[in-house]
Amino acid sequence: MADNNAASVRADDSLFQKGIKEGLFAGAISFGMFLLYIGIVTEQNIHNELVYRFRWGLLAAFVIIAAVGRFLIVTVVQPWVAARKANAKPAVEEKGFFSKNFLKIALVFLVFYPILAVTLAGTQGSLKYVDNFGIQILIYVMLAWGLNIVVGLAGLLDLGYVAFYAVGAYSYALLSSYFGLSFWLLLPISGILAALWGMILGFPVLRLRGDYLAIVTLAFGEIIRLVLINWTDVTKGTFGISSIPKATLFGIKFDASKEGFAALFGLAPSSAYYKIFLFYLILALCLLTAYVTIRLRRMPIGRAWEALREDEIACRALGINTVTTKLTAFATGAMFGGFAGSFFAARQGFVSPDSFIFMESAIILAIVVLGGMGSLTGIAIAAVAMIGGTELLREMEFLKHIFGDDFTPELYRMLLFGAAMVLVMLFKPRGFVGSREPTAFLKERKNVSSSFTKEGHG
Amino acid sequence: MSGQPLLKVRGVETYYGNIRALNGVDVEVNQGEIACLIGANGAGKSTLMMTICGSPQARTGQVIFDGRDITRMPTHEIARLRIAQSPEGRRIFPRMTVYENLQMGASLDNLKYFDEDVKRIFKLFPRLEERQSQRGGTLSGGEQQMLSIGRALMARPKLLLLDEPSLGLAPLIVKQIFEAIKELNKTEGLTVFLVEQNAFAALRLSDRAYVMVNGHVTMQGSGKELLANPEVRAAYLEGGRH
Repeated sequence: MADNNAASVRADDSLFQKGIKEGLFAGAISFGMFLLYIGIVTEQNIHNELVYRFRWGLLAAFVIIAAVGRFLIVTVVQPWVAARKANAKPAVEEKGFFSKNFLKIALVFLVFYPILAVTLAGTQGSLKYVDNFGIQILIYVMLAWGLNIVVGLAGLLDLGYVAFYAVGAYSYALLSSYFGLSFWLLLPISGILAALWGMILGFPVLRLRGDYLAIVTLAFGEIIRLVLINWTDVTKGTFGISSIPKATLFGIKFDASKEGFAALFGLAPSSAYYKIFLFYLILALCLLTAYVTIRLRRMPIGRAWEALREDEIACRALGINTVTTKLTAFATGAMFGGFAGSFFAARQGFVSPDSFIFMESAIILAIVVLGGMGSLTGIAIAAVAMIGGTELLREMEFLKHIFGDDFTPELYRMLLFGAAMVLVMLFKPRGFVGSREPTAFLKERKNVSSSFTKEGHG
Repeated sequence: MSGQPLLKVRGVETYYGNIRALNGVDVEVNQGEIACLIGANGAGKSTLMMTICGSPQARTGQVIFDGRDITRMPTHEIARLRIAQSPEGRRIFPRMTVYENLQMGASLDNLKYFDEDVKRIFKLFPRLEERQSQRGGTLSGGEQQMLSIGRALMARPKLLLLDEPSLGLAPLIVKQIFEAIKELNKTEGLTVFLVEQNAFAALRLSDRAYVMVNGHVTMQGSGKELLANPEVRAAYLEGGRH
């Protein structure tokens, strides 16, 4: 007994020593690495000369973070991981109430979310939660679910998805400002136009796969953006199109007039009602996307998409027309991008080519990959984490006290994406929800299936 | 057993770029028979199989199936004429379950006969029934081959093309698979065209056999004839069994 204790104390001691040693080492390395990048900053002085200045405090912060981090990894995280591996649980796990009913709980929460926000933060205070968090996240959920059809189901890597978002947004912006058409008419039209552009992109890339396809779609996204910038007669170029009409609810406008929504229901005028309306609108659009995706997966065309992702040659040998299959995937994905785009235009009241840069495509794709290609739940979780995280960064004003007044936390959102990407790929290489849910069973699901269907590496 | 010619390959030449892989190949498969094509690596066996399916298409010559010229038809339309293929390397859909793989096989009729056919396949390969909700990629090689053949059969084919069904499988499994093929041919009169390196097993099974060398068919005859042929024995049978 005593021997045992002594041994474990000795083990702890050596672990601690190892931690100190590796921590100091990591500190030294990060000092060397960051000395020039972070320790020294160059500025222009009043005489237009370049001068440099040391930032010892910031450098020290980085070095300390590295050293302490390494120490904690060696002394806490690594033993914990090792212990967990040693007493790994059997694969079959009873699911708790929460994980069983996760989708229902999430849906109920979303339906009551604006009400909750208004109750807790007041009508005006709810704006931030409903608009910045709710609508913003749901737009990306919808975009990612749309892209999921192309990338996750059909396996066609599309780096220019934002082009369809742009087509939808400009369709609404232009048609409503030039012809005065209503949102409800233009919503489907935008979707159809985007689907059309999806097919136009689809035709030339039919023979391409993987990297080659990615490059061409990337170029397509840029072409659309450059057309928007340079076709100034119609799109007003980089100035963008402003004062785009808002959406209406059965003809009721959301403005301060007498026939406006607030006046009609005897409420104090506030822009919050419009945002709440938009929240429910995008929620409905998201649910439509999810419903269509789930339905399609069970239909021949959805099965063909998934089979196409797995093996194109086998598909052809089974009599599947890969041309129409690919085109419908592009068109369906693009259509949802178009819906989201017209919604975006109605929400912002302003569109410009700046909103449709490549980075947007990359973010949407990152959400799809992080969530687990093909999994609607995983993608929604990834969108909440990533877009919600970005919005949270805006709220982190207190970081200014640490890093100085010119520190703007939201500039670090790409760091967030990078870190999330690395972590997810390390621990769950197939995304948050990496397993694919089968769409058909003979009678009922057999119990053995879940433990046997674990994905191999390949 | 044999009847009208179902598949006729006449003077087919197929190229990969500028390289000629098939050099005037003539092959015939009659209704209700098992035909096989044997030959060494790189002889052009799989190329012939793919040419019948239209990918790549023959540059000269004709492929006639059931009286129709299919030489220039796209692959998926050839498949719709009920030529089903279990391709080289099996090419099952790895992330889809066994059951879903079989569904994909029944795409042509939009699952009209699915329930009935899936029972037939499970009777033929009981292992697939045990594994029906397992992903294709997690099956063993033999099970994957069964799935590949089963998936092809789901299309209710008039002609079944099998490209090296014994590739990389244990002898016992190979035996099972060949027995299944024989049974299909006997009970349902299915026409089978088989490409094999395992010459002994293939020749024993076949009503008609071809030997391919460097893109040419050099010998043909019944399976028994070729089994007894000294040249074939020297090149493909005894050489392999020493």
